[in-house]
Amino acid sequence: MDLNRFKPEIVEPYSRIIYGPGFNLRLRNKILKTGLALAICLTMAFIALPVASLFLKSPLDTTLRSLHDPVVMDALRLSMMTSTLTTLIVVLMGTPVAYVNARFHYPGKEIVDSLIDLPVIMPPAVAGIALLMAFGRMGIVGHYLNALGLSIAFTTLAVIMAQVFVSSPFYIRQARTSFEDVDLAFENAARTLGASRVYTFFHVILPIAINGLISGAIMAFARSLGEFGATIMFAGNFQGRTQTMPLAIYTAMQGDMDVALCLALVLVVISFLVIALVKTLTRRMYRNART
Amino acid sequence: MTERRRILFLLTLTVLMLCTDAKEPEELTVFCGAGLTGAFNEIGQIYENESGIGVDFNFDGVPALRAQIEQGAYADIVVSANLKHMDALEREGYIDNDTVEIFAGNKVAVIVPNDNPANITNLTDLAKPGVKILIGIKDLPAGDYARRVLDKLAVDPEYGPAYKEAVAANIVSEETTVNRIVSKVALGEADAGFAFISDVSPQMVGKVTRIVVPDEYNVVGKSPLGVLKHSKYPQEAQSFIGLVMSEEGQSILKKYGFIPVNENSMNWQAIDQTSSKVCDNWGRIRWI
Repeated sequence: MDLNRFKPEIVEPYSRIIYGPGFNLRLRNKILKTGLALAICLTMAFIALPVASLFLKSPLDTTLRSLHDPVVMDALRLSMMTSTLTTLIVVLMGTPVAYVNARFHYPGKEIVDSLIDLPVIMPPAVAGIALLMAFGRMGIVGHYLNALGLSIAFTTLAVIMAQVFVSSPFYIRQARTSFEDVDLAFENAARTLGASRVYTFFHVILPIAINGLISGAIMAFARSLGEFGATIMFAGNFQGRTQTMPLAIYTAMQGDMDVALCLALVLVVISFLVIALVKTLTRRMYRNART
Repeated sequence: MTERRRILFLLTLTVLMLCTDAKEPEELTVFCGAGLTGAFNEIGQIYENESGIGVDFNFDGVPALRAQIEQGAYADIVVSANLKHMDALEREGYIDNDTVEIFAGNKVAVIVPNDNPANITNLTDLAKPGVKILIGIKDLPAGDYARRVLDKLAVDPEYGPAYKEAVAANIVSEETTVNRIVSKVALGEADAGFAFISDVSPQMVGKVTRIVVPDEYNVVGKSPLGVLKHSKYPQEAQSFIGLVMSEEGQSILKKYGFIPVNENSMNWQAIDQTSSKVCDNWGRIRWI
């Protein structure tokens, strides 16, 4: 058999036919690749350099010593406490909302969805002033609370409220997609086998969606840990009561740079941990979804 | 080829234009304590009208401004509300020391919202339990001076150390600029705040009331300004300072509640010595 007839007739690359003679595809590819690599390197450098500078500019011994500074300790404790409570509140409040929005249609759902996303886009300073206008002593709701002897501004509760306000969308969005990803077939199977709606939710849907929910909760935790603008406007700045880590960094920067750097490093480390956690969890979620 | 030559020509032209441009300043950059916003905006406007050179202000808490300068920010003039931060900048070599001048004095005042929900009419009322008081952070000139006033009250038998402790217990927030203290008090979120007499700007007049701290307990703060060593336009900066020190500038400052420098009632030397001493003690005292 004459194998030659299977030989492709066009020996020249298509590119040369299209672009004419003298066109070197390999060279062009090389230039493109170098360009892209350069773009990646530049972007990486732009993000990595400031983070690395934080570590390079703070000598380890003074930073470790600053870790015992009461300002640092108080801020760390307060931040951890408020962010944990915030995450709990967001999960309790947000899970039903996310589930309902993932599974059901109802009038005004679009509005609810947009409202949930609003704090992500809203500048924190706007969130702060909005909270003041609502819950401040002269605010629309705060006015009545004040009459009852309840005052929210300048308390730890105000810190938590500011954090819930800004971080809830991060959880609700993630939880919603996680619920949407759960195959309806599982739910229907459980229901036909006689499981109640509530039983199905807790024993079928929740276990499948749990990794996504946890990573959403971690994102909300991270966002509340970093909350600054709304907190300083609504909750004020008082060591041990409302001075969270970002506020302490801002305050310390005006007096004691070592303390500011120390707190910044702690926050960077926490951010890294959060990213690592979310990555492993979401990866596991997709592996689970595939098998 | 002609195309390329034309581009080259245009490029040289732009570079030349940029070079000549640098000699004639379009604007002065002034780093200014937040509490001086009103008065300096007005003085800056006059300077712009007279010289045709724009004045670009960066208003923030003085310690924040100092940190920015120490980290390499560019400014022609820095205006502080107290000597401490200016001294530090001079020591660190950022300021042309010959240009530093004290342009005004200032005193501490307690401000309360106009409707005064906690019914504060004198200094004693600040110690009532449950009163919400705002103060500046200790690095802020207004916060520093407020603490000195409380120190003075603490040693007076009429008030005593218990008074100071009671007031300290009522502090709900330490703010990083004096403007935020005034605006939060004006909003009615806090019952009282420690600020300077001059911090009640014309816009705030209808919203907050000042309670005067008697002179025997008050501290007179000296506010300096100076030209930075790296300033590109030292001459223009000097003329701006000249305007601040002129009768016109001083009358604007007086309007805003500052004490003009030519008023003889102040004994600058005596103030300076006592204030730096108290200041050292304050660095160690922790609130709560």
